[in-house]
Amino acid sequence: MIEKLAAYLSYPFVRYALIVGVLISLCSAMLGVVLVLKRFSFIGDGLSHVAFGAIAVAAVLGLSNRMLVVLPVTVVSAVLLLRTGQNAKIKGDAAIAMLSVGALAFGYLLMHLFSTSANISGDVCSTLFGSTSILTLTKREVWLCVILSLAVIAVFILFYGRIFAVTFDEDFARATGIRTKRYQLLIAVTIAVIVVLAMNLVGSLLISALVIFPALSAMRLFKSFRSVTVCAAVLSVVCATLGILISILAGTPVGSTVVAVDAAAFGLCCLIRVSRG
Amino acid sequence: MSLIKVTELSCGYEREPVISGLTFKVDRGDYLCIVGENGSGKTTLMKTLLGLIPPLSGTIETGDGLTRTGIGYLPQRTAVQQDFPASCAEIVRSGFQGRKKPFSFLTKEEKQQADAVMDRLGIRNLAGKCFRELSGGQMQRVLLARALCATETLLLLDEPVAGLDPDAAKEMYAAVSTLHKEGIAVIMITHDIDAALQYATHILHVGETVFFDTKACYATHPGKPEPAEKKEVLS
Ligand SMILES: Nc1ncnc2c1ncn2[C@@H]1O[C@H](COP(=O)(O)OP(=O)(O)O)[C@@H](O)[C@H]1O
Ligand SMILES: [Mg+2]
Repeated sequence: MIEKLAAYLSYPFVRYALIVGVLISLCSAMLGVVLVLKRFSFIGDGLSHVAFGAIAVAAVLGLSNRMLVVLPVTVVSAVLLLRTGQNAKIKGDAAIAMLSVGALAFGYLLMHLFSTSANISGDVCSTLFGSTSILTLTKREVWLCVILSLAVIAVFILFYGRIFAVTFDEDFARATGIRTKRYQLLIAVTIAVIVVLAMNLVGSLLISALVIFPALSAMRLFKSFRSVTVCAAVLSVVCATLGILISILAGTPVGSTVVAVDAAAFGLCCLIRVSRG
Repeated sequence: MSLIKVTELSCGYEREPVISGLTFKVDRGDYLCIVGENGSGKTTLMKTLLGLIPPLSGTIETGDGLTRTGIGYLPQRTAVQQDFPASCAEIVRSGFQGRKKPFSFLTKEEKQQADAVMDRLGIRNLAGKCFRELSGGQMQRVLLARALCATETLLLLDEPVAGLDPDAAKEMYAAVSTLHKEGIAVIMITHDIDAALQYATHILHVGETVFFDTKACYATHPGKPEPAEKKEVLS
C-alpha cells in the first residue's frame, strides 16, 4: 500500500491536491472556531450555496477564470448576510435560507438552460460535492489558493487578540474602543474567501462540514480559546490529509471522504470526552 | 472638570425614550449607585454612557483625563456567553485590547499587569481554569478583572451581584469598595438599596421619579422607595 501511495505521490496533481487540502482545511478550521462561537456557522452554509449560483453564472458566461465572478459575489453576500443576521427586525435565518436555496435553484436552472456541456448532471454533481475537481487543479489555481490561504492565516494570527475579544464579548470590546464592525467585516470577507477556496476541495454542499466539525471536535476536548483553535487546525489538517489519501487509494470522491473522516474524528472526540467523565 | 458629565440626556431604542431629561455628573472619587425597578432603563443608560447605543438627545461629556475608551465595563450577566471555551487568563488579558494597536501582541508588562490584577481580586489561582466551569461569583470576579485591565479611572458595573448567593455578593461588594478606596470611580447598577446606601457616595434613581444627589440627601427625598416597594424590587 505504501508503494502504491508513493507511486501516486509522484504525480503532481496528487501533490497539488494535498497542498491545497492542507491549506484549506487549516483556514476553515481556524475561522470555524470563531463562526461556531459567534453562532455564525449558518452563514458558511448560506454562502456556499451563493457560491454555487455564482459558479453557474460564470459557467454560463463562459468565463475561463471563474474566481473573478465567484469571489466578489461571495464576499458581497457575506457582508450582506452578516448585516441582516444582526438586524433583529429581519429574520436573519429566514433571509439566509431564502438566499441560499434561491441561489441553488437559480444556479441549477441556469446550468440546465445554457450549459454547453454534454454532461450537465455530472457538472452539477461535481460543483455540489467536489467529486473530482481537486485532482484536476491547474498550477495557477494552486498558486491562487496558496496565496489566499496564507493571507487568511496571516490575518488570523495578526488580529488574534482582537478576534478573541470581539468573539467573546462584542459589547465589552466596543465599549473599550475596538471598532467591532471592522472586525465583523474582516470575518465576513475571510469566510467568503474560505468558502470559495473550499469549493475546490469538498464542493459547495459540504463546506459547512469542513468549517464546523473540527471546531466542535476541539471544543469537546479543550477549554481555552487558544488550545481549541490549535486543536481544531491540527485535527482538520490531519483529517483532510487522511481523507485525500484514502480517497486516492480507495477511489472514493474526495470531498465526501474528507467529511466522513472529519465526522469520525468528531465521534472519537465525543467518546474521549464521555470516557473522561 | 468631571470624569463624566451628562446633560439633559434621553436614551432608549429606536427613538423611543426609556429615560429622558437626565442630568448628573461623576467626579474622581465618586461611587454612584444607579437604582430603579426592573425595566426602568438602567442598563439602557449604562450602554448609552459606554457609547453602545447613541443618545436620543442631550450630551455626554468626558473629561479629567478620561476618554471614551478608558472605561472598564462589567456587563449584566446574561450578556456574556456562559459556554465559551476560554481560560480566565485569556479573558482577563482581553481587557487590554481596546488600548492596543491592532497588530500588536500582548507585552510581558501587560501579562504581569494582568497577573497583578488577578492577585488584587484573589483569583490568580483561577488563571488557567476554564471560564464556563467557574461559580457565578468567580465569573463575576474574572469579568471585573478584565474591566480593570481596561481602566484605571472609571468602572461601570451592571448588576454585579445579580444571581450570586449572599456570601459571594458580599465579597463582590467588598472587592468593588476596595477598588473605590484605591482611587477608581465607580458607577454601579444594583437592586440592593441597602448596599447602595452603605457603599455609594451618590445615588441616581431612575424610573417614575428621577433623582440624583449625594447619599445623605437621598435618604430624605420623597423619591426614595418605601420599604414595601423595596421588597418587591428585591424579589
Ligand atoms: N435591545 C432592545 N431593543 C428595544 N428595547 C429594549 C432593548 N433592550 C431593552 N429594551 C427595553 O428598554 C427598557 C429598559 O430596559 P433595561 O435598560 O434593560 O432595564 P433595566 O436594566 O433597568 O432592568 C425595557 O422596557 C426593555 O423592554
Ligand atoms: Mg438591566
